Amino acid sequence: MTAVETIRVLIAKPGLDGHDRGAKVIARALRDAGMEVIYTGLRQTPEMIAEAALQEDVDVVGLSILSGAHMALVPRIREVMDQHDLRDVPLLVGGIIPDEDKAQLEAMGVRGIFGPGTNTHDIVTFIRQIAAAKQGD
Amino acid sequence: MTVQVEAILRGERRAVARLLTSVENGREGVDETLAALFPHTGRAWVIGVTGSPGTGKSTLVNALTQAYRRQGHQVGILAVDPTSPFTGGAILGDRIRMRDLAGDVGVFIRSMATRGSLGGLSKATRDAARVLDAAGFDIILIETVGAGQNEVDIVRAAHTTLVVEAPGMGDEVQAIKAGILEIADVLVVNKADRPGAAQTVRALRTMLELGHPTRQAGMVGHHGRLMAVETQPTADNGMWLPPIVETVASDNQGMDVLITAIGQHRQFLSQGERRSALEQGQFSIEIQERLRDTLMERLLRQLPADALDGMTGRIQSREIDPQGAVETLLSQIIFTPLAP
Repeated sequence: MTAVETIRVLIAKPGLDGHDRGAKVIARALRDAGMEVIYTGLRQTPEMIAEAALQEDVDVVGLSILSGAHMALVPRIREVMDQHDLRDVPLLVGGIIPDEDKAQLEAMGVRGIFGPGTNTHDIVTFIRQIAAAKQGD
Repeated sequence: MTVQVEAILRGERRAVARLLTSVENGREGVDETLAALFPHTGRAWVIGVTGSPGTGKSTLVNALTQAYRRQGHQVGILAVDPTSPFTGGAILGDRIRMRDLAGDVGVFIRSMATRGSLGGLSKATRDAARVLDAAGFDIILIETVGAGQNEVDIVRAAHTTLVVEAPGMGDEVQAIKAGILEIADVLVVNKADRPGAAQTVRALRTMLELGHPTRQAGMVGHHGRLMAVETQPTADNGMWLPPIVETVASDNQGMDVLITAIGQHRQFLSQGERRSALEQGQFSIEIQERLRDTLMERLLRQLPADALDGMTGRIQSREIDPQGAVETLLSQIIFTPLAP
């Protein structure tokens, strides 16, 4: 494969919090970086996220969680994605994640955690790196 | 038959999703896979859904799909959104309005970006529909980008085209302009519970009366109540009269009538040689497009990578004019003689 393929990213908001400004800012930044962003809206269940990731064949799934429910939601989403044979699709988490939870989330298979104030450029670079590694397989 | 082709024919969702990505990216080997699948296509009824931004196309697809699922159909959805011409990126947001379809294994939704195409679809949409067809989806809904007046590629991919309008989106002059309304097999006035719906229906009916001589020759316009199919196809004169269907997709209203109207159009096309003629025209255009694209690609490959950039400078300095630059570039391409 010679040409670089367009990176596809699913941006999802699991759980019950209704604050999607952060998710939209990220979606826009990824679009401006030339990626195709599938934005699924609020209140997505783990099953909906896994199903969308499968059908859309995305390179990366980004979760935006501000509700504090990340320790319950993230492992469940990872589990359902694995059941859907999506073990190779990395998870990123953005939002309000206390420092003390980060190591545990990473142990659950989260590849990147981006809190408030993250430069969107850093997220773009990070996604490009993991997508390149994945597409190079 | 390859493992991949077998998986598609069994309708395995991950295999379908991955092949759609290969189709979009023109990956190596995808032509062979599509060729192997092609004999298994032609079973699905392909329905195009087009109309201006904000008329409720995604919501209509959400409601229509649920209605088809109640009838036992397997529904594949291709939802197209625009690619930014500046960055190549896109935000594909049609799934937001389709959340009622989550968890249903009889539905497969794929969002596609236009990736530079201007006609309301992407280059890969036709092949993507064939993949879903081969995978066993017997109803395929293709939602175009929010289309204005000229994004009419959908008629080259669909059997039945729905043009979705909403109240307050323009006057009667808009309705008689050439373009998108002309391609409608069924006109849908969505958001029919909003003020102005009756005027929109009336404007569309006027447009139909102007455009269809059979209507002037004595067919009585039937002012149906809300949700009624407003016109019926006439079997004897060989013309299809697009019915006007009023819907409130956000409330699932009007879907049975819409399905009936689509079914009538399908029945109309199945009479005589109509479907065959439609598909013949579509394939004819598709071959021309593919021939042009393939020729372009193969010829451009013969030019040195910096050939175009070099010309730009010469044009800017007025050394050569744009058409002269093209002739110079063409003279560098070695045309392989065609076999007799």
